[in-house]
Amino acid sequence: MRLTTVAIAVAALAGALALTLRHAGADPSGEDIVPVSNDRASAIAMTCANCHGTDGRLESTGIPSIAGKPEIVLRSQLLAFQRDEYPGATVMPRLVKGYTEEELAAVARYFAALKPTPEEPSQQP
Amino acid sequence: MKKFSLSRREALKRMGAVGVGAFLAAGGLPVYGNRSHGGQRVAVIGGGFGGATAAKYLKRLSPGLDVVLVEPQKRYYTCPFTNLYLGGMREFETLGHDYRELSRLGVRIVSQTAVDVDAEGRRLRLADGDSLSWDRLILSPGIDFRWGELEGYGREAADKAPHAWKPGPQSRLLRRQLLEMPDGGTFVLVAPDNPFRCPPGPYERVSMVAHYFKTHKPRSKVLLLDAKDNFSKQGLFLEGWKENYGDMIEWVGRSNDGRVVRVNADKLEVETEFGEIHRANVLNVVPPQKAGFIADRAGVTDESGWVPVQPRTFESKQVPGIYVIGDATQAAPMPKSGFVANTQAKVTARAILADLAGEEPPEPTWTNTCYSVIAPDWGITVAGVYEVHDGELREVPGSGGVSPMGAAADFRKREAAYAEAWYAAIAQDTWGSR
Repeated sequence: MRLTTVAIAVAALAGALALTLRHAGADPSGEDIVPVSNDRASAIAMTCANCHGTDGRLESTGIPSIAGKPEIVLRSQLLAFQRDEYPGATVMPRLVKGYTEEELAAVARYFAALKPTPEEPSQQP
Repeated sequence: MKKFSLSRREALKRMGAVGVGAFLAAGGLPVYGNRSHGGQRVAVIGGGFGGATAAKYLKRLSPGLDVVLVEPQKRYYTCPFTNLYLGGMREFETLGHDYRELSRLGVRIVSQTAVDVDAEGRRLRLADGDSLSWDRLILSPGIDFRWGELEGYGREAADKAPHAWKPGPQSRLLRRQLLEMPDGGTFVLVAPDNPFRCPPGPYERVSMVAHYFKTHKPRSKVLLLDAKDNFSKQGLFLEGWKENYGDMIEWVGRSNDGRVVRVNADKLEVETEFGEIHRANVLNVVPPQKAGFIADRAGVTDESGWVPVQPRTFESKQVPGIYVIGDATQAAPMPKSGFVANTQAKVTARAILADLAGEEPPEPTWTNTCYSVIAPDWGITVAGVYEVHDGELREVPGSGGVSPMGAAADFRKREAAYAEAWYAAIAQDTWGSR
């Protein structure tokens, strides 16, 4: 593992922790939270597929596969991109700034819920 | 509009489609919004980034839907990365993708050219005379050239001065000419005015030609004669050219008499607006463009030659029931890129499924990332996120933009590596290529 990768992983974990704490103390009424439907999350997620593969699954191309990654990691990474706190990032900060924090959180949840490898095609009766 | 009679074969196929659709929808596959579109047919014309993606996602979102992809080529070669082929960084075959994976997903592939569209009768006619009915039609026709609009540049001229703006024999011809060119020769690229396919394309192309010259023919020159004064990622290209190729690439914008008005393909000469003659050893002319011809046949183009669309769905403004995606559309500020065509396809697939179910289209979102490779270790990008605001397409404020100027070598190197990774990923997302 390269040093920058370690640094990014540490930053992501720190971000995840901060996020957990922030949410633990968030206003329980959740008034400032705009609900994001799963439909909206999947619409945004489809734009991720152009680089991260259909359903966020890729076979070793140098761009990370994101299906089935822990939600907290995905969310903190997306928010770190949005806040320009992700060392060495290239296009991701420019892309995630097109979405709200709530949308990014919903996208993180969406990919976390997918299996990292595709399921066998369902058997036709 | 012409009407076609329903052939017997077609009538039988249609009857069959109802049964198959209902059967699939009853299976265990996820059905979009718990709705079944069994028996309804969406035909897609064009198997590039837009059309192949649309067919794939329609089928994934609604397995019961009858999805037919009409594309004459059994193997589709992409425009993106043909410049890397020209620069010697890739083999031509690595740009080819087939439709086996789409077929496995249940998309019906019709390897024919669609020659006409009857919007009223909701049918399309194939080159072999057969016809096909549809409930909704997606056109992803790409571009055609306005032959002869640039004086001296007709179809025959392209045999001597290739455009190589559609991949295939033209790309191979240009590569061969570069290989045969003596060291010390001049490559001239003629770039068109906006709008045209792949806005950063001419600038990546001269970069890749310069890369080939630098490694094999270092005394050669690259001259880019441009009908514009500004171009995509301009600062980044100029910086990258200087850093990688010194003075090898000369760009001449419109106000410095860069606009070519006449081409002599036999002599490999071009004449600019104010009468200067430039002689090339290899001449590459990117001609003015318009929507692919089937868009004209379908009646969806306007006087500009491109296709106006409803921003939210990309349904034609002129012909209801026909949706148009990709390079053929007027979708500014989105560029005419493969990436954009892919995201347009997904939005339009969802809009059509909503429409078939009698529902409002979902809120759309589109993205773009265009990688350009200036040298093997030097990549740059422009990215954008788009939305509908007050009934118009726009870039989401605060999003998007280009790579930073003056970035460290490591940053450029990673964007070059990501460019290759992106190509593999979008080929997988579009055609299922591995």
